[in-house]
Amino acid sequence: MSQTAQLLEQARSAVEGAVALDELDAVRVKYLGRKGLLTIQLKELGKLPADDRPAAGQAVNEAKQVLTEVIRQRQAALEEQKIQETLSAESLDVSLAGRGIPYGSLHPVTRTVRRMQQIFSHAGFEVHTGPEIEDEFHNFTALNIPENHPARAMHDTFYLESGLLLRTHTSPVQIRAMQQHGVPIRLIAPGRAFRCDSDMTHTPMFNQIEVLAVDRGISFANLKSFLYEFLSKFFERDVELRFRPSYFPFTEPSAEVDVLSESGKWLEILGCGMVHPNVLEGVGVDPEEFTGYALGFGVERLAMLRYGIDDLRLFFENDLRFLDQFS
Amino acid sequence: MRVNIEWLRDWVDIDLKPEELAEKLTVAGLEVDAVETAAPPFDGLVVAEIAAVDPHPNADKLVLCRVDDGESQHSVVCGAPNAAAGLRAPFAPVGAVMPGGSKIRRAKLRGVDSEGMLCSAQDLGIAESSDGLLELPEDAPVGLSVRDYLKLDDAVLDIDLTPNRGDCFSVLGIAREIAATQDLELRAGHGNAVPPDHDEIFEVNLEAGEGCPRFVGRVIRGIRTDAESPSWMVERLRRVGLRAIHPVVDVTNFVMLELGQPLHSYDLGKLDEKITVRFAKAGETLSLLDNRDVDLENDVMVIADESGAIGLAGIMGGSSTGVTDETEDVFLEAAFFSPDLMAGRARKFGLHTDASMRFERGVDPEQQSRAIERASELLLDIVGGSAGPLNESELPEHLAEMPAIELRHERLQSVLGLAVGAKAVEASLKSLGMSVSANTESWSVTPPAFRFDLRIEEDLIEEVARMVGYDNIPVIPDLRAGYLGTAKESYFSEDRLADLLAARGYSEIISYSFVDEELEAAINPDSEIARLSNPISSELGVMRRSLWPGLLKTASQNLSRQQSRMRLFEMGVQFSIRSGKIKETRVVAGLSVGSLLPEHWDGDTPDADMFDIKCDIEAIFAATGRTAELNFAVAEHPALLPGKTARVQIGEKAIGWLGSVHPALQKKLDLKTQVVLFALRLDETLNAQIPTYHRYSKYPSVRRDLAILVAEEISAKQIIDCIKEQSGAILQNIIIFDIYRGKGIDSRLKSVALGLILQDTSRTLTEADVDQTVGSVTEHLGRVLGATIRT
Repeated sequence: MSQTAQLLEQARSAVEGAVALDELDAVRVKYLGRKGLLTIQLKELGKLPADDRPAAGQAVNEAKQVLTEVIRQRQAALEEQKIQETLSAESLDVSLAGRGIPYGSLHPVTRTVRRMQQIFSHAGFEVHTGPEIEDEFHNFTALNIPENHPARAMHDTFYLESGLLLRTHTSPVQIRAMQQHGVPIRLIAPGRAFRCDSDMTHTPMFNQIEVLAVDRGISFANLKSFLYEFLSKFFERDVELRFRPSYFPFTEPSAEVDVLSESGKWLEILGCGMVHPNVLEGVGVDPEEFTGYALGFGVERLAMLRYGIDDLRLFFENDLRFLDQFS
Repeated sequence: MRVNIEWLRDWVDIDLKPEELAEKLTVAGLEVDAVETAAPPFDGLVVAEIAAVDPHPNADKLVLCRVDDGESQHSVVCGAPNAAAGLRAPFAPVGAVMPGGSKIRRAKLRGVDSEGMLCSAQDLGIAESSDGLLELPEDAPVGLSVRDYLKLDDAVLDIDLTPNRGDCFSVLGIAREIAATQDLELRAGHGNAVPPDHDEIFEVNLEAGEGCPRFVGRVIRGIRTDAESPSWMVERLRRVGLRAIHPVVDVTNFVMLELGQPLHSYDLGKLDEKITVRFAKAGETLSLLDNRDVDLENDVMVIADESGAIGLAGIMGGSSTGVTDETEDVFLEAAFFSPDLMAGRARKFGLHTDASMRFERGVDPEQQSRAIERASELLLDIVGGSAGPLNESELPEHLAEMPAIELRHERLQSVLGLAVGAKAVEASLKSLGMSVSANTESWSVTPPAFRFDLRIEEDLIEEVARMVGYDNIPVIPDLRAGYLGTAKESYFSEDRLADLLAARGYSEIISYSFVDEELEAAINPDSEIARLSNPISSELGVMRRSLWPGLLKTASQNLSRQQSRMRLFEMGVQFSIRSGKIKETRVVAGLSVGSLLPEHWDGDTPDADMFDIKCDIEAIFAATGRTAELNFAVAEHPALLPGKTARVQIGEKAIGWLGSVHPALQKKLDLKTQVVLFALRLDETLNAQIPTYHRYSKYPSVRRDLAILVAEEISAKQIIDCIKEQSGAILQNIIIFDIYRGKGIDSRLKSVALGLILQDTSRTLTEADVDQTVGSVTEHLGRVLGATIRT
């Protein structure tokens, strides 16, 4: 047997004997590296007689090719083996809980306000805001609630020592917006309101969304249409509404609106009406030329009806077991 | 404002059932909060007379009554102190059913047979407490049903009046409203003028100008001090929420409730010389009926005599001149105090009385005499005495006529958006007591004196709308406003999903929809592929069947640019071919390479693994409210490493994949580090659950930890499902907080440490409850999964 053939046989068995990729690599270097045994054979061809050189050279090259292929196959097998070993060692229980920070939640009031704003967004109702600490003028007087008016007793008002007050509704935003931007105007005003009242069905703070539309020729029929459209979109069903005459100093005619629940009961949902001529005159709008409607949604009320919440106070207890139900 | 139907029927014939009437009033603007029955149900009780009373042979505090119920006489044992021969009282014979449902039986009381029961008001459920039999008048017909006699089959409406409707603060006011809205006739009601027996009057001076332009008084002398209010009056007062106190006070209250005119009664003997209605002087003080002393200021009206202020006008009388049990001579007052000068005054003193509430909202300025006549008639009937003439004091200049309001037909129709005929408008207004005179295209309308809320045209427009019915006003859109948008709550938008992933550290990528066929084939080797016939380059030749080629290529490129950590996501369409047809599916897919957290100064930054990314998927489904349905099943995918591959499921439905990249693919892309991939179908992912609130327990929860040994192949889900199956509703949550393999444990087993959180909805759990649940859970785990407790 030639030396080349011997080396190839040695190398073959070394390859077969390699059980790890690094061992295999050592074999490759030993035989095929720059100073590898087969490589040296090639370099030493020059020492042979000229006639023998071609045959010997071909033999060495063939041996190198064979060995390269043998190593490649062995390497593939070892890699596959390694993967399989890894797999069986590292197989995971994929049903175990994820690791990390769980999702938080948005307060049902925020969730409700966002949906309401989404519904209003395409109909040309601009979002307006106003201060939560208000003055008597914007909270009462400009809304046709003079001093000593019995309606002021309806609004149990928080006063600051300075004489300013916490707004009892979002209606002052109507006044500020009309004073600033004039009419025609279509706005929504989401925000907090405050009343000095706390029991099963009242919290001292609550959220309202005021809606105001003032333009030429706006009628009570338009207000009805607006509410049917809005509430049907909010509850995502065709709602049945009942309009009842009521009283608010800043609207005339005024109405309370009930929605027929899925269980067949009328549930009070909001107050509304045609903007009182005194309110329009007070902000310099001619009530002969312009009419409009105004309404105030209780956000918590809508959220309660939407999500089946049975206790208003839950909104402000902020118990995580409540909050987490609205993630 | 509470009002009972029996009282209303004095004025108007009501055929409607109470609930129907409540509904009609509510839609007419008088919101009925509640409809109550006047008395609880009972049956078989009759008016009876005690024919004779004999002592009980065995008991001092009991007597034996012979009771005549009109048909026969019964022997009844009775313990009431007022049981006396001749008394008429409610009687429950044997067989009668009492409030609460108990049946009267023949009984032996202290050895003596009793054939029925004589009843108090409390027994009938019409009084909180009683100290004896309910005494019925001498003319109460013996044998008549008690329910009929006391008119107990009556309903009480609790009406939430708006502050503008002061005119409805009376039985008359509500009856008027019913008559107008239901097209019924309003009767004149009770009340005849009482002819004077003598000509004594008590002098009254009006010095408060417009504050008190009318004051009617009457002297009644010689009333009986031992009289009591009759049961019918006590009953009516009770039904509307007042307790009988004293016949004179009861009568003034009764008339106030009936007509809406507050009255005051003085002990005539305690009045000094004459009465003056005037504004208080600064520094003046007054002791009120409730024995409080108040300091007065000159913006509040008082009733004064020569000794000084003796009452806060229209709010509360003073203690010095009030009627007592000894009072024999009475002076009655019915005045009109104007709302403008009453507004807010009671509140200044921390008071809110039936009188002040009515005056502030406005009482009818024209019915003071009528109220005095009605009170006189009732008083003479109940307590006797002799009446003097009515003494009417007036300041005519302050009793101006209501000005007429112009109502334009066109304005009415444009404000309401309702076409309504002239006749209907006139009829509506007239039925509400307004005088209407027609002009061209408009009317001059004068509201009745008691309607303080009708001042401008819009007020009349509301009245017409009320009479037409708000529900009959059409629904007409305001076309200038544009239509409202929608807010489909069961849809979690792609925007929100993208925001959520960005907030959790993922960078959005946009990669080409056409990808390298070789890479694509390595990821999804077995499915058909849509090839472009003119690709921009051979490496972008096919439409992607998943978003992973783009993500992996992007990761590989960034890694070669010295970025060692990244989290990427993409949203878009993947293309599949099913029986020759191309199907587009929107998906969100993501990838994580390198450490979970960016390199930082504090501690290690281990590589993110599959469970870190799983948490992000859990977050998405928490945001859409579908945590309960989300689960991960063991599965295989050609691109993912077996053993680290999960199929993402909603219930049983496959909606995506999560796993570590297969090493072969990793090698192909020359990725040196581990890569975690996920992909979710958007249609399923964005399908949100609308929250429904569930009450949570207010009782404390208890945590109990246990460690179990189970076979390696048992999954966490199997363990949790097995526990839930057994534990019932008291299990709130299960946490797996440790998994241990190795030393001390058989190599085919693992130790799983569990925290069980238990809570009951109705009570605090005891140690024994917890032991029992944990015991049955471990027993079940043993039986179903072969688990043992690790000790």
